Amino acid sequence: MTALSHERSAPEVAHNTGFTAALRHARYILSENAVTGFAFALFLLIVLAAVVGPYLVPYDPLASDTAAALKPPSAAHWFGTDQLGRDIFSRVVVATRLDFLIAVTSVALVFLMGGLAGVAAGFFGGWTERVVGRIADTIMAFPLFVLAMGIVAALGNTVENVVLATAIVNFPLYARVARAEANVRREAGFVLAARLCGNGEMRILLAQILPNIMPIMLVQMSLTMGYAILNAAGLSFIGLGVRPPTAEWGIMVAEGAAFMVSGEWWIAFFPGAALMIAVFCFNLLGDGLRDIVDPQRRT
Amino acid sequence: MTQPVPLLDVADLTVEFTTRRGVVRAVEHIDVRVGKGETVGIVGESGSGKSVTSYAVMRILDRAGRIVDGAVHFTGLDVRAASEEEMRDLRGREMSMIFQNPRAALNPIRKVGRQIEDVLEQHSQVGSFALTEKAIELLDQVRIARPPERYHAYPFELSGGMCQRVVIALALACRPQLLIADEPTTGLDVTTQKTVMDLIVELTKERGMSTILITHDLGLAATYCDRVVVMEKGRVVETAPSREIFTAPSHPYTRKLMRATPRPGVSLRDLLPGDDVGPRPARPQTRSAASPLVGEAWGGGSSLLQETRPPTLTPAPSPSPRGGAERTESAARLRGDGRAPLLVVEKLVKEYPRKRLGGRFAQKFARNPAPEPETFRAVDGISFTLARGESVGLVGESGCGKSTTSTMIMRLIDKSDGVIMFDGEDIGGIPANTFAKLPLRRRIQMVFQDPTDSLNPRFTAARAIADPILRLGDAKRREAVRARCETLAAQVGLPLHLLDRFPHQLSGGQKARVGIARAIALNPDLVVLDEPTAALDVSVQAVVLNLLQELKESLGMSYLFVSHDLNVVRLLCDRVLVMRAGRIVEQGPTAQILTSPQAQYTRDLLAAVPHPTFA
Repeated sequence: MTALSHERSAPEVAHNTGFTAALRHARYILSENAVTGFAFALFLLIVLAAVVGPYLVPYDPLASDTAAALKPPSAAHWFGTDQLGRDIFSRVVVATRLDFLIAVTSVALVFLMGGLAGVAAGFFGGWTERVVGRIADTIMAFPLFVLAMGIVAALGNTVENVVLATAIVNFPLYARVARAEANVRREAGFVLAARLCGNGEMRILLAQILPNIMPIMLVQMSLTMGYAILNAAGLSFIGLGVRPPTAEWGIMVAEGAAFMVSGEWWIAFFPGAALMIAVFCFNLLGDGLRDIVDPQRRT
Repeated sequence: MTQPVPLLDVADLTVEFTTRRGVVRAVEHIDVRVGKGETVGIVGESGSGKSVTSYAVMRILDRAGRIVDGAVHFTGLDVRAASEEEMRDLRGREMSMIFQNPRAALNPIRKVGRQIEDVLEQHSQVGSFALTEKAIELLDQVRIARPPERYHAYPFELSGGMCQRVVIALALACRPQLLIADEPTTGLDVTTQKTVMDLIVELTKERGMSTILITHDLGLAATYCDRVVVMEKGRVVETAPSREIFTAPSHPYTRKLMRATPRPGVSLRDLLPGDDVGPRPARPQTRSAASPLVGEAWGGGSSLLQETRPPTLTPAPSPSPRGGAERTESAARLRGDGRAPLLVVEKLVKEYPRKRLGGRFAQKFARNPAPEPETFRAVDGISFTLARGESVGLVGESGCGKSTTSTMIMRLIDKSDGVIMFDGEDIGGIPANTFAKLPLRRRIQMVFQDPTDSLNPRFTAARAIADPILRLGDAKRREAVRARCETLAAQVGLPLHLLDRFPHQLSGGQKARVGIARAIALNPDLVVLDEPTAALDVSVQAVVLNLLQELKESLGMSYLFVSHDLNVVRLLCDRVLVMRAGRIVEQGPTAQILTSPQAQYTRDLLAAVPHPTFA
């Protein structure tokens, strides 16, 4: 990025706000870390597949065609077909929407539950902190996937419960990060100043502290997004949550697993690869976001 | 050149930093020479490149910075070309450094004695059997009482001054030839500063060491250094012997710095650059261009102040006339006209439960352990009054309880005992957590010490100023609030186009203005100033202090000015209270406290301010 250094060599740089500044900052980050750019491109691809994928795919993901069952990848069926002759490419693309939706809603839910509880715990301290802390400890006492299994099994085998279970197992992560971040800002000068301006405690919490910890929470959300997808797929894989014949990566891997030994590798491979790429993308994106918000790297 | 080879020769040095806004030159073509046994001061305001210079000499620049031009020679060795191994050997043994925050420079979980041993061991100065002995000897040399006991102390058990002594002991452990002291006394109390500086100078002189003292305080540099290098924006503007620089500074920047430093015998207006002194006629708007100091920070605000003041802001008492003596008189008149004082504080007490942490150490080694009280009295029964339109200074060193007192008066924390009467109402009895919603809240406001910390990083300047108006004010409509913000910005001299910026896009002086605008937004009767200029450079401090004085005169507010610096307090206050260990040791009119202090502690405070005595 030589253009960058030529463009602004003077030490006093005009602080032009808004879009151009954001663009310049983004370019600086990407020049420092090309992997983040790659992850962001992947992320856009996933979003695109989730939004318009179902309209673009060549075959109906649920239509079976026994004549074309278990065909290896070809020009007609890019990813091959499964035991019922369904086109795997179409199914993988269509499944993006469901998996992505489960991940996004569960992360949003856990942000609302864990994030707010954690901020309140860090800001108010006292019994709020004790209650939130004990809840987090209790959840952490279980192996997380087993806990998610238990929740779905107990509440019923639906997509909503998969979302809820994924949110609950992530609760301690969010509560802890939010608590720590709110705690260091509790005594900050701007919080005292807000109190002098007549802000109530609840308003200080929501209007002053929460916006300041959002960047850190955003990183956390991106990092747990990958885990949420994996969790949802994992639950489906063992038969909880989403049920066949719905196109879902976990179910598809489970269905294809039996055919691996007989040589029909593509049934499990392509949904598995899609799953891996999605998780990989969110993790990379989380790392990149962390670099952006970490003041240590803001040179 | 017939001169002998200097110990340190920095020639034509240029250091660049790669930032997200492009390449920034922190230091440009500077030359600094330090001879053997010489003490050189590098003076400049924040961002002048003084610390970067020292980092370049030690080659400890962080990864974004690099030396792009010039040469650094230390005892003939080319520092730029030296291998990392050579440098590691050099650092600590041949040249060492004292950092600004002594507590951060020490490992918190290692005994201080062991830390000194580590350095000795690293550079294999002494055999391992004599290590402890040597470490204790070093502690003794930096005047730490009872060194064999302190050897076992952890940094948190020692005071700031003590920690800095340990850091000095560490720096001197291997008898280096060059000591770089980077703001060694910033953050220490003024009396501690004196003892620490005296110690550094004495030890280095006695060992024939050379010292580079990096500081923002021209008085400190001139007092302790042989030569002073003045830096501005990465360039050296003047290099001269201390006496010369202090008595006849040749560069305009040096003169400006000298002028802006608060010192005995000058008035508030004298701190501003030349074209600002004297009677103040209505100045033209172009004034900011003519004055190099104020520049964008001032932005022609003070002339706006006179014009844009809305009639509703007319204060209850008539604005007092300007000038020190007159001001005191008018304040006395206000007190004497039969009106009750604005603030009455009586026998105010704040107790905290005593922490047992660290107490064990003290008990173990105390000669005759006295039974400790269960509570610690941060504020121990203080009483004072504050009249309308009066400024009272609350002066003391860290830990004396001045901040606790001001926070109690602000009603941010609850008192343990005593009375706080504000305008006839006992506000001390109202719990702190309900006070925020009361109408009284708008009458007591505060300007905070750190302008950066006290502004929400996610709020624009306008949003920060609007906060009290939205919560406690009358204006609720968006346009009305915006109009009020703009009026306030004009009053504090903040250019209107800066209102939509975020704090990190503003300079220190501009942030201070935003903080002041927020504090005066509701026309408070009492403003507590908690070291409002402690985080600012002297030239910005001069401007902000003048602004505060003008605002007080035009709005008729009362100030409670909390500070550690008598020289700053004196400029703004009619009366001064000197606090020590939770008690007021002396109070009286400012002039009296400064010219004939009664308490020994006040005399110590005054004497400790570094001021070179060149006849």
